[in-house]
Amino acid sequence: MSSQTWAHVSNALVYSTIIVLSVALVAFAADFAMGTGRRRAEERKQRRVSLQRQAASGGGVATADAATALPADERWARVGVSLSTLATVLIVGAVITRGISAQRPPWGNMYEFTVTAVAALMVIWVGMLPRRPEWRDLGLIVVLFNLLLLGVAVLVLYTESAELVPALKSYWLWIHVTSAIIASSVFTVGSLASVLYLFAERYERRGATLSPGGIRDAIGSRLPASKQLDTVAYKTIAFAFPLWFFAVVAGAVWAEDAWGRYWGWDPKETWSFVTLVIYAAYLHARATAGWRGRPAAIIAIVGLAAFLFSYFGVNIFFVGFHSYGGV
Amino acid sequence: MPADVIDALAEPEPTSAPAQQPALGFFGGLRWMWRQLTSMRTALILLFLLAFAAVPGSVFPQRGVSPLRVGEYIQDHPTAGEWLDRLGLFDVYAAPWFAAIYLLLLVSLTGCILPRCLHYARNLRSVPPPTPRVLARMPEHRSYICDASEQEVSDAAATAFRRARFRLRPPKTGEPTNAVAAEKGYLHELGNLVFHVSLLTLLVGVAWGSWFGYRGTIVVVEGEGFANTLTQYDDFTPGRGFSPGALAPFSFTLDAFDATFLADGTNRGQPDTFTADVTYRETPDADPRTKRIEVNKPLVVDGAKVFLLGSGYAPVFTVRDGDGNVAYSGAIPALPQDPSFTSDTVVKVPDAQPEQLGFNVTVAPTAPDRVDPATGPRSIFPEMDNPRVYLGAWAGDLGLDGGTPQNVYQLDTSAMEQIGREDLGVGETWELPDGRGSITFDELAQFANVQVAHDPGRWLALLSAVAAMIGISLSLVVRRRRVWVRASTDDQGRTLVEVAGLAQTEWASLGAEVDAVLAALPGAPPAMEEKV
Ligand code: HEM
Repeated sequence: MSSQTWAHVSNALVYSTIIVLSVALVAFAADFAMGTGRRRAEERKQRRVSLQRQAASGGGVATADAATALPADERWARVGVSLSTLATVLIVGAVITRGISAQRPPWGNMYEFTVTAVAALMVIWVGMLPRRPEWRDLGLIVVLFNLLLLGVAVLVLYTESAELVPALKSYWLWIHVTSAIIASSVFTVGSLASVLYLFAERYERRGATLSPGGIRDAIGSRLPASKQLDTVAYKTIAFAFPLWFFAVVAGAVWAEDAWGRYWGWDPKETWSFVTLVIYAAYLHARATAGWRGRPAAIIAIVGLAAFLFSYFGVNIFFVGFHSYGGV
Repeated sequence: MPADVIDALAEPEPTSAPAQQPALGFFGGLRWMWRQLTSMRTALILLFLLAFAAVPGSVFPQRGVSPLRVGEYIQDHPTAGEWLDRLGLFDVYAAPWFAAIYLLLLVSLTGCILPRCLHYARNLRSVPPPTPRVLARMPEHRSYICDASEQEVSDAAATAFRRARFRLRPPKTGEPTNAVAAEKGYLHELGNLVFHVSLLTLLVGVAWGSWFGYRGTIVVVEGEGFANTLTQYDDFTPGRGFSPGALAPFSFTLDAFDATFLADGTNRGQPDTFTADVTYRETPDADPRTKRIEVNKPLVVDGAKVFLLGSGYAPVFTVRDGDGNVAYSGAIPALPQDPSFTSDTVVKVPDAQPEQLGFNVTVAPTAPDRVDPATGPRSIFPEMDNPRVYLGAWAGDLGLDGGTPQNVYQLDTSAMEQIGREDLGVGETWELPDGRGSITFDELAQFANVQVAHDPGRWLALLSAVAAMIGISLSLVVRRRRVWVRASTDDQGRTLVEVAGLAQTEWASLGAEVDAVLAALPGAPPAMEEKV
């Protein structure tokens, strides 16, 4: 097949992913509307407590895994997960075919970065589901976010499959971009969990005073427990932080070879630094009395905002070396 | 986790600010300030400030990156520009307030990290505290009943712990012997310390490099050379601690330069490869060596790196004056004006007789068959497929004697008159009207935009960055955790075995670790594996 044909296949796969994800979104929305999230979390918690009691009484035998086993009543969530898995396969296919078409790793311009980032996010999220069933409660927001990203990619960022400018032909670049994509996908999961955390925490604090049936009550009562969301956020961000650090360093090594300086405060560098510092602040906040919980979650969300800005804003608004990435 | 359980792991927090204290006195006040500065809360706020302060550098043009755009900005916004300039917003990363933030953070970091390093060193051989009385409240807890003796269980536990490389609490007089306390994961703290110390050395490396390093750019035309001395640079940025003696005494000639561009596809005309073949000498008497420089593959001589930044064209002309003498001969770099390398330059011939000559030159590496009068001559492809120059000739006074420095790319025509226009292919000659001489377009050479950079701190910076990455990964992956085994005899004379675990922060693998220890104990039921 010709390069053109592969590019068309890739585009078709991206569109199919959008369709499948949209249906998955509906499924997760239905799951959410039925309020299964919090109930599941409650059930998990209750199991854990009863298991611990059993264990404490000396006779019982328990393992922590039992506490995360899934309760029943999850038709919609299951549909959502199946569709998300299908979408993951499709989008990974889109990335691979794009790579075949361009005959290089397919993350050389903004469109490709974005599609690959969505693929990475989906792979990480779907891939973790067997080990971390509670991640499923993030389904609605993860799928929604990915749909938005794909929408922006297709409508705003689309670039024909093509060769790269000389400065971008470097294996350090592939290392840099690959780690940046993975790290940012994981950061995204973490920060999205923090968004939900804010709602859940507020609900738990105010639950009794909210008018039943009101919108806040409706949202809050359907969310997973805030403690669980907090843990997901911490674990993902703690995983992504060193990787992001590595991505920044790899980028600096590449910049040294390409431009003769490893750090020049070009807008992209500045914003990746800002992102790094904000997530460092998040990790610090988690360890500082008085900053755990809400303040930490807000920092994580600011981190995501900074990252999104470094990703889209910088290429679009500022002039710098990086802006030849093809927008 | 209940509070008393957390306390079982708590370190004395060396950085926490003390609660309000009355009547501090002068030294007490200093001490208080130092405690404040080195507290986690301050570190957090400084981190935020740093992130926030870095932002304007990406919003406003920066002197260090493009002084030209700073000038334009100030021209376009005179009032705002002046204020922004006064606040250092055109040079954020060199501004005093930016320095203040990172220096404070540095002091805070040092003040926070040094005591922790000492603490860590002192506790290298410390032992885990005794087994708490109630194990059932720990986040991981298992128990079973068996017939092995208390001593058998304790011995097996100690062996299992040693095999899993736990640190054990040695038996002490006055403590019950039926319990074993073990701890693991000290690398967490070590990694954290390595990370923070590396951040310090990273900054030292960066500062060292920018203090003693230098960077400069030069335009080198094919066939010509460069020697690393200050006068040869078109643009030179030294660090504050730079002395000209630090310039490595190398030199090179650009033997051949080749730029290729994509010939088809949507990105037609986009640069594809740059290669420069150079012959260089490390010192004036060293043997010449050859090397091919490419984008991303610089030449490294004596700590200095020579990079290709870009390319352009340099037409080679020979100008004869009215007397038939060669008044000018050589290559003159032309500034690219568009992606197809339509490039402009001027040729000034002050030695021409009877009058000085000047030429406005537009270069098209691939000239169109027909020039569109609306746009003027425009190259249609960046490579040299059909090179042509478009000349405007002027005669009169070039105005070079006035003493005011002139832009080499501009012709001051106030005292000149235009004597004609012509375009030439390679090898063609234009006889100027009225016997003023001739100009020959000998060939179209290429020039390379070369950057020389020397950063003596970059190895320290890189090593620190690598150490920091290893440190932070250790610190985030390894969890400090304690595991206990206690065997006690119940009222029926059988042995109740309890295994419990606690991690410093919530940690998913703790359960598995506890299970592993448990599996090595005598009489442990296989059913322990069972998942409910
Ligand atoms: C230069 C800026 C700094 C950066 C980028 C930074 C980054 C980090 C990161 C990413 C962590 C997470 C490691 C973990 O959770 O184990 C951390 C932990 C920590 N940092 Fe910093 N830090 C900085 C400055 C400071 C300063 C000034 C202090 C002193 C107050 C400090 C004290 C600590 C402490 C005590 C921890 C351990 C927290 C825990 O136990 O989880 N850091 N730092």
